[in-house]
Amino acid sequence: MKEYRTINKIAGPLVFVEKTEPIGYQELVNIVLFDGTMKRGQVLDTSDDLVVVQIFETTTGIGKDSGVRFTGETIKMPVGRDMLGRILSGGGKPIDGGPEIVPEKRLDITGAAINPYARSNPSDFIQTGISTIDGTNTLVRGQKLPIFSGAGLPHNNIALQIARQAKVPGSTEGFAVVFAAMGITKEEANAFMQDFERTGALERAVVFLNLADDPAVERIITPRLALTTAEYLAFELGMHVLVILTDMTNYCEALRQIGAAREEVPGRRGYPGYMYTDLACLYERAGIIKGLKGSVTQIPILTMPGDDITHPIPDLTGYITEGQIVVNRDLHRKGIYPPINVLPSLSRLMNLGIGKGHTREDHKKVSDQMYAGYAEGNDLRGLVAIVGKDALSERDRMFLEFADLFENRFVRQGYDEDRTIEDTLNLGWELLSTLPVEQLVRIDRELIQKYHPKFRTGAKKE
Amino acid sequence: MEVKNEKTKDKKQGVLKRIAGPVVTAVNLDAHMYDVVKVGREALMGEVIKIQGDNVIIQVYEDTSGIKPGEPVENTGLSLAVELGPGLLTSIYDGIQRPLAVLVEKMGNFIERGVTAPGLSHTKKWKFVPLVKAGDKVEAGAIIGEVQETNIVHRVMIPPTAKPGVIKVIKSGEYTVDEIICTLEDGREFPMIQRWPVRVPRPVKEKMNPTIPLITGQRILDGLFPIAKGGTAAIPGPFGSGKTVTQQQLAKWSDAEIVVYIGCGERGNEMTEVLTEFPHLEDPKTGKPLMERTVLIANTSNMPVAAREASVYTGITIAEYFRDMGYDVSLMADSTSRWAEAMREISSRLEEMPGEEGYPAYLAARLSEFYERAGLVKTLNGARGSVSVIGAVSPPGGDFSEPVTQNTLRIVKVFWALDAKLSQRRHFPAINWLNSYSLYLDSLQDWYDKEVSPDWNQIRSWAMGVLQKEAELQEIVQLVGSDALPETEQLTIEIARMIREIFLQQNAYDAVDTFCDMKKQYDMMKAIRLYSDLAYAAQVAGVSPAQIITIKAKNDLPQIKFIKDYKPELAKIEKQMDAEFNALRSAA
Repeated sequence: MKEYRTINKIAGPLVFVEKTEPIGYQELVNIVLFDGTMKRGQVLDTSDDLVVVQIFETTTGIGKDSGVRFTGETIKMPVGRDMLGRILSGGGKPIDGGPEIVPEKRLDITGAAINPYARSNPSDFIQTGISTIDGTNTLVRGQKLPIFSGAGLPHNNIALQIARQAKVPGSTEGFAVVFAAMGITKEEANAFMQDFERTGALERAVVFLNLADDPAVERIITPRLALTTAEYLAFELGMHVLVILTDMTNYCEALRQIGAAREEVPGRRGYPGYMYTDLACLYERAGIIKGLKGSVTQIPILTMPGDDITHPIPDLTGYITEGQIVVNRDLHRKGIYPPINVLPSLSRLMNLGIGKGHTREDHKKVSDQMYAGYAEGNDLRGLVAIVGKDALSERDRMFLEFADLFENRFVRQGYDEDRTIEDTLNLGWELLSTLPVEQLVRIDRELIQKYHPKFRTGAKKE
Repeated sequence: MEVKNEKTKDKKQGVLKRIAGPVVTAVNLDAHMYDVVKVGREALMGEVIKIQGDNVIIQVYEDTSGIKPGEPVENTGLSLAVELGPGLLTSIYDGIQRPLAVLVEKMGNFIERGVTAPGLSHTKKWKFVPLVKAGDKVEAGAIIGEVQETNIVHRVMIPPTAKPGVIKVIKSGEYTVDEIICTLEDGREFPMIQRWPVRVPRPVKEKMNPTIPLITGQRILDGLFPIAKGGTAAIPGPFGSGKTVTQQQLAKWSDAEIVVYIGCGERGNEMTEVLTEFPHLEDPKTGKPLMERTVLIANTSNMPVAAREASVYTGITIAEYFRDMGYDVSLMADSTSRWAEAMREISSRLEEMPGEEGYPAYLAARLSEFYERAGLVKTLNGARGSVSVIGAVSPPGGDFSEPVTQNTLRIVKVFWALDAKLSQRRHFPAINWLNSYSLYLDSLQDWYDKEVSPDWNQIRSWAMGVLQKEAELQEIVQLVGSDALPETEQLTIEIARMIREIFLQQNAYDAVDTFCDMKKQYDMMKAIRLYSDLAYAAQVAGVSPAQIITIKAKNDLPQIKFIKDYKPELAKIEKQMDAEFNALRSAA
């Protein structure tokens, strides 16, 4: 392999190399420092006189005397069955003291787009044991459902609880977990690792750790390595894989950093204009393929800067993912765990995974009715603050109380509390029964007759 | 993978100089703007988008990883075109008309590159039935025969740019799209297939003003904010407000004869949903599977951006082709914002001077050119055909002041404003009735008078009036509570709530409620109006609003939505309502 010593400019994470042989776009590059250490990078721009290389680590120590070796291939990742139970760095190297991964295959980390025609429609209900997800924002196998959170909120606990409790009722296959940490603190990482070890989840998990003090640019490849691993486990080994990516906000910051270093025309708030496409190339790597056994389900976590859901990171994410689970600071302050605000939350694939044959026939209607009731009660809180409870009509007072009940009974649950979908729906009916039957306009008569506690207990007496 | 490496001397070949993402530069290439070129040893498809001195700038429709400077570039000399002919219906294409089903066969479950696949099957035989005979004079656009494609009759036409001529031979029987089925006296020969460059609108004789509504079966659309056949509409809304569900409802239930659905930079699973659902859904008019009248274009968000840019043109060209046969076509583009972003991405790679928010300065021009390809027309053969265009817009942060929304609103005639607040309250479709508008109301008035009822327009204005009044009253209620309102206004709030919950809310997932014909819409609104009239009369007679609200019969009204044969039930409710009000009045 030819080594060039023609570095002409180094700016941020970018290295400009002059007068080379033809170099392929996105090729993997090794840079050899004077002391023999090696740094890796990727070609961002190639022409017959200049090649721009983006370095994944810090550029510390790179100088005009450094050697540049072009490997002639795009970034490939060794994958194998024995990755399960391993902890790898954000760049894919083992950091748990164990041996190197024995590669069964080497895969391109960019990953090709799944042909929409080859996709199979996700419809297997995943029971997470969390009522606000199962009942009102149902997750299905093959979905990408992010958690929108804010700094200081317990999103990690929610993600762990999902990873621990997720199962498809009636199926014995568990989930393999691929966990990719991007720029999180050592402390947070430890919390994840301890929980994985406590519950034995580590055995069926692959962990990628890019911590807060690891190079920011490495974060660009961490999720790609994780998703390549997930696709291998799912589509080649037939496993059901749950991918947790945290924190996507750090990923986007790294993207912005590179954009700025390349002197690109910035888009909104300085993030690159192609951020939508870039994020889509990660999030779209979830799904089920016709005729194959496995599936990739994604739960990306992101912290909304300033709790602002219109910030480009949550905004673009929301346009790509199939819904979002929004963690709310007010609920957290009220001491409610998990502080999931169902109103802005959404699962787009919910209707495919619920109802007769999936969960229960009344699921959709109960969920809609609870939503509408909670929304109405929640709106009234603003009014109460101005005019006082006494000025409300009888009807309004009932909805106000329903909203409180909903938060305290339905939303609130224990960190280790694993509710079945029947529990969740029955709890829903119990709460709805505090409202007069004629206010349940979104539920058909037949279902009310069948499931409403008032009629059910009546039936039992007969 | 198919690797093409033949060197043909008669075509111009150049050399790659620079690769940076989907935009590459070639030199020593003889090219014209928008020529289709084959890039690199793998012959990736691309299009010339800029010529500067000796440099030819090309946008590549496939992933360019691993491509090196020095690789060959070959100019095909053709512009980006689609194949038009029997076989389009039920197909699902990517942005450059490669059939995705064929791609799965050729390269497996993932989209690799360097594979070409023609838009139409060139081996399948179609039964061609001629409609003209030897000696007939034909002009451009003339229909010369028919093929029963699905349950839709595919009318085979003389290409729109052909000069007039006299038929010498016209065949009948089973032919592939390439076989000559028609020969003219002057020796010109025509197969069933036509090719048309996607960036050029297909010619028509005349554009007319639309007068017939596109009935969609969605109450808020047909009832309050109708779009005309041949009209344009935009659905902007933040994520999660129901753009895609609304677009899919339109694709399912609108009474167009042909539907072209473009999934432009959107989710893969959504396209799969359409693919699995449509074959099982029946067209309410014909009872045939909806898929038989549908062409899908799916260029998902992770597929190459340049192909995303082209997908919108591919779609509208196919729509125009069916329009030329005399069909009413409706085209859904979900989402035009992703299309605009593709333009922005390519533009920034070209280092063009950016306009607002980094979008290219020609954004407005491109958008208006696209929407202008909609319309009700007299085709070259004298038939009436139409293309209605409904574009979803995804404004960042739900902010309608951004450039794509604003430039779209300047062109389209119908605006369906989606509202996140409504969707959070599970009010679906989450179309805001105060902000939305339709500029077709006047031109469609006659149709509604004749086909629905002479008093429909009046009832519609009444309902809008009530909703408007409610919005004003809500501001007061927010401050002082509803009990502080005068009695008549308490009734207004109640009636507005009925309009919202009974008429405007519609459940796309309920087998019956998903489609509501105009007759039922009229009956439902009429029933609410009846309640309103009775309620105000009772109030004048001295009954208090608190009592009026206790009327039981109206509680049954929402159930009407879910009943297919609703008339007996509705009559019962109306009768009961009348009786209850009589009782109240006599008690007062």
